[in-house]
Amino acid sequence: MSTHRELIRRALGPRVQFVQGDDACAYGAVLAGCTFFAGYPITPATEVAERMAEILPRIGGCYIQMEDEIASMGALIGASWTGAKVMTSTSGPGFSLMQENLGYAIMTETPCVVVNVQRSGPSTGQPTMGAYGDMMQARWGTHGDHEIIMLCPASVQESLELTIVAFNLSERLRTPVLVFIDGELGHMRERLVIPEDHEFELWERPRATDRAGYRPFAPGPDLVPPFAPFGSGFRTFVTGLTHNEEGLPRASSATIHDQLVRRLAAKITNHLDLITRYEEFYADDCEIAIVTYGITARTCRDVVEEARRRGIKAGLLRLISIWPFPEHVVARWAERVRAMLVPEMNLGQIVHPIREAVAGRCPVVLHSRIGGELHTPAELLEALEALQWQPA
Amino acid sequence: MATGLRIKTAAELRTSYLRQEMFPTIFCDGCGIGNVLNYTLWAIDEVGLDLDRTVFVSGIGCSSRLPGYINADGLHTTHGRALAFASGVKAANPDLTVIVFTGDGDGAGIGGNHLLHTIRRNMDITVILVNNFIYGMTGGQSAPTTPDGGFTTTTPYGNIEHPMDVCELAKALGAPYVARWPVVSPVQPVKSIAEGIRKRGFALIEMLTPCPTAYGRYNGLKALEQIWRWYREQTVLIDEWEWIEQFGSPEERERLRGKMKIGIFQDTERETFEDRWAALVARVKL
Ligand SMILES: Cc1ncc(C[n+]2csc(CCOP(=O)(O)OP(=O)(O)O)c2C)c(N)n1
Ligand code: SF4
Ligand SMILES: [Mg+2]
Repeated sequence: MSTHRELIRRALGPRVQFVQGDDACAYGAVLAGCTFFAGYPITPATEVAERMAEILPRIGGCYIQMEDEIASMGALIGASWTGAKVMTSTSGPGFSLMQENLGYAIMTETPCVVVNVQRSGPSTGQPTMGAYGDMMQARWGTHGDHEIIMLCPASVQESLELTIVAFNLSERLRTPVLVFIDGELGHMRERLVIPEDHEFELWERPRATDRAGYRPFAPGPDLVPPFAPFGSGFRTFVTGLTHNEEGLPRASSATIHDQLVRRLAAKITNHLDLITRYEEFYADDCEIAIVTYGITARTCRDVVEEARRRGIKAGLLRLISIWPFPEHVVARWAERVRAMLVPEMNLGQIVHPIREAVAGRCPVVLHSRIGGELHTPAELLEALEALQWQPA
Repeated sequence: MATGLRIKTAAELRTSYLRQEMFPTIFCDGCGIGNVLNYTLWAIDEVGLDLDRTVFVSGIGCSSRLPGYINADGLHTTHGRALAFASGVKAANPDLTVIVFTGDGDGAGIGGNHLLHTIRRNMDITVILVNNFIYGMTGGQSAPTTPDGGFTTTTPYGNIEHPMDVCELAKALGAPYVARWPVVSPVQPVKSIAEGIRKRGFALIEMLTPCPTAYGRYNGLKALEQIWRWYREQTVLIDEWEWIEQFGSPEERERLRGKMKIGIFQDTERETFEDRWAALVARVKL
């Protein structure tokens, strides 16, 4: 009998492959221990589901194609309560449909990972074209006060690695985690090296051990309640209504609501050390900074090198975790640079929290591109040069 | 009793199966949802279910509050989505018994598509659908089940839409077990719920349940005796219904109009999603 880890290795195949970003998200999930996937086909995310449909039965997991994305998110949460690590994938229209149940997962502290391979909207928009139009929907799409965790890979390799991180954060903090790529990255093929088990950590959700006096939503030391899966005899009642630490509805209590919702937010904002990820180029002497994320950051790296050759002290801050917004990191850059250029594949979304973090310390210039094409190095160089000659 | 049922007293059921700290319930005086809970507990007792291994799932509505009262794992989800969540529980851990409480609005209105597809997949889930012809929790708006001409806060001049027959739908989709009973007598519902739980595959038990507050108020069904008489008079057993349709006089057939067919609509076998998935895994697992 092979161990589960051996099965995973055999299902994933050769250690070095030439695959798409979508495939890499699926591989990352399987490596992280995901055994349940519920989804609904949508371009350009379909390949994530296809890979999971191939792999999961081969490792004894479960794949289920639901009737829509509302149901996918519902099934995901149900499966997570049996103790399984779970994932779904979608694109803009489907992500819109998931919002209500995403909020339910936040409220009920249900670990789950959602991959969004973004495409152009609004509405059906450009199904096969990449975009980053859901960055703010991710933050505020579901109703009510909440925090959300979102990671934004920039390569196929990183899509795999950050999907593992997404599972780790989701399990450890018992909250949904979003992995946001786009149609370009999702469908782009690159060399992928599948890491060995000793090259990454796996975190599990905190488990309840003692049935006596168990209160399913009483927070543990880092504000995360220990989890008891359905069927383990702990008899947990789970509701999206405001609930007390026993899990019982207390929908009219201002105090209980206030305590619960503030704790759900704090368990995330208290763990920025686990969540926050970014990459810096030429941070030390940078005068004109590009601040960006996702696939756009790859163009920007070359642009910064070229700008340096032309005598511009350019630098790059690549945000990897977008939510909670790494305000302190951006603020630190704002102290030192003369201007910031923010290229985005939308009409301006992450530029807003950037401006909030910069708080007027330097000009922040948005460089939008929509329609499905990436920014060209030439246009970004031109924008950098324009900023270079702007009076301080 | 013919079913061999030894009926426990309400007090016995409470201590065995309910969360004491959740009482009193949110239900109005005269509401039939309490009866549905009662019948479900009798059925569970009769089947001998292990509540440590049973999950109760629901959506949103008065009827969907039921899992909160039962001392077992419970998942009180979003409006209309109970079957999607329940499918996730069952698919991920087929060893658990999954019972869904849903309303007519929850299960047949907003959640209608999930009903369709959960039946199509034949998930081994028992669904107890509380049909009170109305959106009770939100104060009495029309539902997909509101009878022709019925008065609700959003059909103040009478309902002009055709009501849907959830059991006929489930039967047409091939659900292995489908039954409809009014709450007015316990024996048939208890038996059907028990059969539904024992059935390997999707089971739907639709309970015609009075809501004196929201539906009763606008349709002359507020007083308890009157309500229960109405449910007896308005329901016709399937066999009798079919006999009248085939052999009845025009007057007899005319009397069926607006009435509701009750009984067991379907009782068959069909392979479940979980069994087929397990077979697939056995075939392709590395
Ligand atoms: C998405 C969404 N839409 C609307 C509501 C408001 N709502 C709560 S309960 C309910 C109707 C419930 O009707 P039914 O399922 O028949 O349950 P009953 O209260 O009659 O038992 C509605 C519309 C909601 N909670 N969520
Ligand atoms: S509103 Fe109707 S369904 Fe809801 S508790 Fe009251 S009587 Fe029951
Ligand atoms: Mg109703």
